[in-house]
Formats: sequence, C-alpha cells, structure tokens
Amino acid sequence: MGKATVIPFGPQHPVLPEPLHLDLVVEDEKVVEAIPQIGFVHRGLEKLVETKDYNQFVYVAERICGICAMGHSLGYAETVEQLMGVEVPKRAQYLRVIWHELSRIHSHILWLGLAADAFGFESMFMHCWRLRERVLTLFEKTTGGRVILSVVCVGGVVRDIDDAQMAEVISVLEGITDEYLQIMNTLISDYSVKNRTVGVGYLSHEDALELSMVGPFARASNVNYDVRQFGKGAYGDLSDFQPILSNEGDCYGRVVVRCKEVLQSIDIIKELAAKMPAGDIAVPVKGAPAADAEACNVLEQPRGECYYYARGNGSKYLERMRMRTPTSQNIAGMVKALDGCDFADVNMIVLTIDPCISCTER
Amino acid sequence: MTSFKLGGMTFGSLFKKPETCQYPAEKKEAPVGLRGHIVIDEDKCILCGICQKACPCDAINVDRKGRIWAIYSFHCILCDSCVRACPRQALSTSPDLKSVTTGKFESVSFIPDPKVDKA
Repeated sequence: MGKATVIPFGPQHPVLPEPLHLDLVVEDEKVVEAIPQIGFVHRGLEKLVETKDYNQFVYVAERICGICAMGHSLGYAETVEQLMGVEVPKRAQYLRVIWHELSRIHSHILWLGLAADAFGFESMFMHCWRLRERVLTLFEKTTGGRVILSVVCVGGVVRDIDDAQMAEVISVLEGITDEYLQIMNTLISDYSVKNRTVGVGYLSHEDALELSMVGPFARASNVNYDVRQFGKGAYGDLSDFQPILSNEGDCYGRVVVRCKEVLQSIDIIKELAAKMPAGDIAVPVKGAPAADAEACNVLEQPRGECYYYARGNGSKYLERMRMRTPTSQNIAGMVKALDGCDFADVNMIVLTIDPCISCTER
Repeated sequence: MTSFKLGGMTFGSLFKKPETCQYPAEKKEAPVGLRGHIVIDEDKCILCGICQKACPCDAINVDRKGRIWAIYSFHCILCDSCVRACPRQALSTSPDLKSVTTGKFESVSFIPDPKVDKA
C-alpha cells in the first residue's frame, strides 16, 4: 500500500466547463476518497426575487445557466402559474415543450462533444458541435436568441412558431438525424470509446436510489424515473413515453442513455409538431400571488429533475424562490462513483454526470 | 474497421461547403426575428415611460422635460419587454447586430414635440 496523497482537481481544469473543485485522496494511482467543493460561481440569484417582480424574474431565472436557460424559465413560469392558478393555453404548452426538447438536444450533443474531447476524440468533438450549431440556428430563427431564448412568460410564451418555421424545424431535425446516427453508432460501438468508458465509474441501482440520483445519471443505473412520464403539459398528449434506461451503471451506460435521449427528443418534437393545436399563445396574468400561497413544481432538465418552490406575499414580488438542481443531487453519486477508480479516469467520471455548477450554485 | 466509422462523415466534409465563415469579412445573414438591438421610432413615441417601468434591468431612461428617450445597451438584455409594453408600437427589435462599441455610453434619441412642430 502506497502513501496517500491529496491531489487537487479543479476548479480550473481542461475537462471542466465550469468550476468544481475536488480533493482527490490517491493511493497507488487509485482514488480512495474524493471531497467535492463548490462555491466559485455563486451569484445570489434566488435573492433577486425580492427585487424583481414575478414577470421580470423570468429573465433572471433563465440566466441561472446558459445551457438550461429554457428549462429554468419554463420551470419558474410553471411554478408561478401554479401559485396564481393560471391556465396556460394548449398551444403555448406545446411550444414550450418543443423549445425545451430542442434545448435538451443541444445540451446532450454539447455534452457528447465534451465527453469525446475528454477521452481524446477531437474529430468527434468537432462533429458534435457542428450539429449542435444547427439547433442553435433553429433557436435563433424561432426565438430570436441563440442561448438565452427569452420566449417564456408567466401565462404562456411571447412568440409563436408558424407552419413554415415548424416545417423548417422538422426538416433540420431530420437532416441532423442521419449524421447524428453515425456519431451515435461510433460512440456506442467504437472499441476505443468502450476502453475508456465500460466499467468505469460504476454506480449500482441500489446506490443510485439511496443517493437520490436523478436524470440520465440515474437512468443509466436503471432507475426508472423521468419527470416527463408524469405527463405534465404537452407531455400528456404524447402517444407513448418511456424513459431511456440502461443496466450498465458505468460511464458507457451514461453515454448510451444520453445518446438515445437525443433521438427520443427528436421524436417528441415531431409528434407535437404534427399535433400542434391552434389558439392563443398566452393569457394575460394580472394581480399578484396571495400572501403565504405556496407552489412547487418539478421539471425534467437535460441533467435531470429540477425542483422549484415559490411562496407569495401578496405583492408582485415573491417572498421566496427556491430551486434544487439536478447536479446538486448528482454530486453525491459522482463522489461514490469516484471511490476506487483509476486516477486517469477521474475526468471521464466527473464529466459523465454532466455537471452544471452554475445551476447548482445559482 | 471500427476506426473508420466516422471516416465517411469526415471524408464527406472535404467536399461540402464550410460550416464556418470568415467573420468579420463575411457575415451570415441575420434571421428575421433575431433580437439584435432595440430601435425607436421618434415620431410615434409619446414619452409615457411605460417601457422604462417594464424594463427588468433599468436600461431605459425617459426624460419628459428634456424630451429624451435613452437606452443603455450595456444594461439591455434584449428581452423585448419594452417592445411588448409600448402602447404606441414606437419600439421594435432590429435583427441587425451593431458593431463593437468603443465606449460605454447611452444611445440618446430626441423626441420631437408635436405642439412645436404644429406651430
């Protein structure tokens, strides 16, 4: 047995898109303990709910994180609508879900590129980001923004997608699918990818349940939990929705789950576009949340379940807004998965939980 | 053969148009609805100040006495709240992206006084 050494990992590290610090206790190139530390990008955004009214806070919520921007504005708006008893028009619900699924596609493809880069597959990284760019162009055309979309408001959405634009969305997604399948097959079946991912960072089904893992991280350990299956909003109108699951529980399983979720999102968008109802895209929301009115909401972000809580105080400023983001749940599982792994595999394991530190710290 | 799984796609990109462009010499066309920057139609503005109240980040200043409407682009987040709030449709979003600024200053618009114009 060698002497234990503590090796700092991050907060600035080539594999990390955001600052996360790990103290890795290493013995003979094996990690025996990983101690995580966050707190480098805390901005106090939840506190801002006291100074921005409930309509204006949508723009703060979507700035919690760039990649989850659509999800956070949607989650916040749904919570406030629940707080005030607002019924959102059906068309607005469909549009919200279409944009949300598009953001899941771009988030997962971005992650696949980063994961490929982490194990040295540079050309895959370039191809993934090239495809992602097409989704961002769709955002640009349908919402006016590439990353920060600003389309959700309390009571609905502020922009519509007309038939011509919807046809373009579908045709771009069909164009992406062919190339994406080649990328996906490479990632899933290439032996060099398997060498870096199979059996690495294993988390059992029992551990995933015990540590309350969420999102693709949990589904890779065969935890059958996806908020979309509750059928909230337009998800309820889908003919069939089954979460993508994997039995592997390792980095390979997480790659497979995320790869397949992109195809699932494309199918969801196609189905909803075909079923899109006519009607208004927003209802006027007047008044303020009642004093001590409380609402909570869950939403499946690209990284997993995100929980929102809001409390009113009778004015147009909320008393409290609280979010529990998927990465704050998944850090515990990541630490468990790091136990006993090779030091060279740390970056792969950290990346496969798809950490979003901006969301976690807010 | 597993090493060449991505070969077809990579080889094909030799004959395709480049995905990137030589910015800034060459610029991509901005989509119609792109939120580039806020523009004001001075003739329609009545200096009511509703846009100033709607702005979530205090980027707009309305001075009725001085008949000035000003926007501070460094605060503006292009959320379109002012465009939607304007009762006279004086504000709109232009898809054109402005060039990089050389200093931090407000864009000031002088609103003509209809009474003076009539006189």
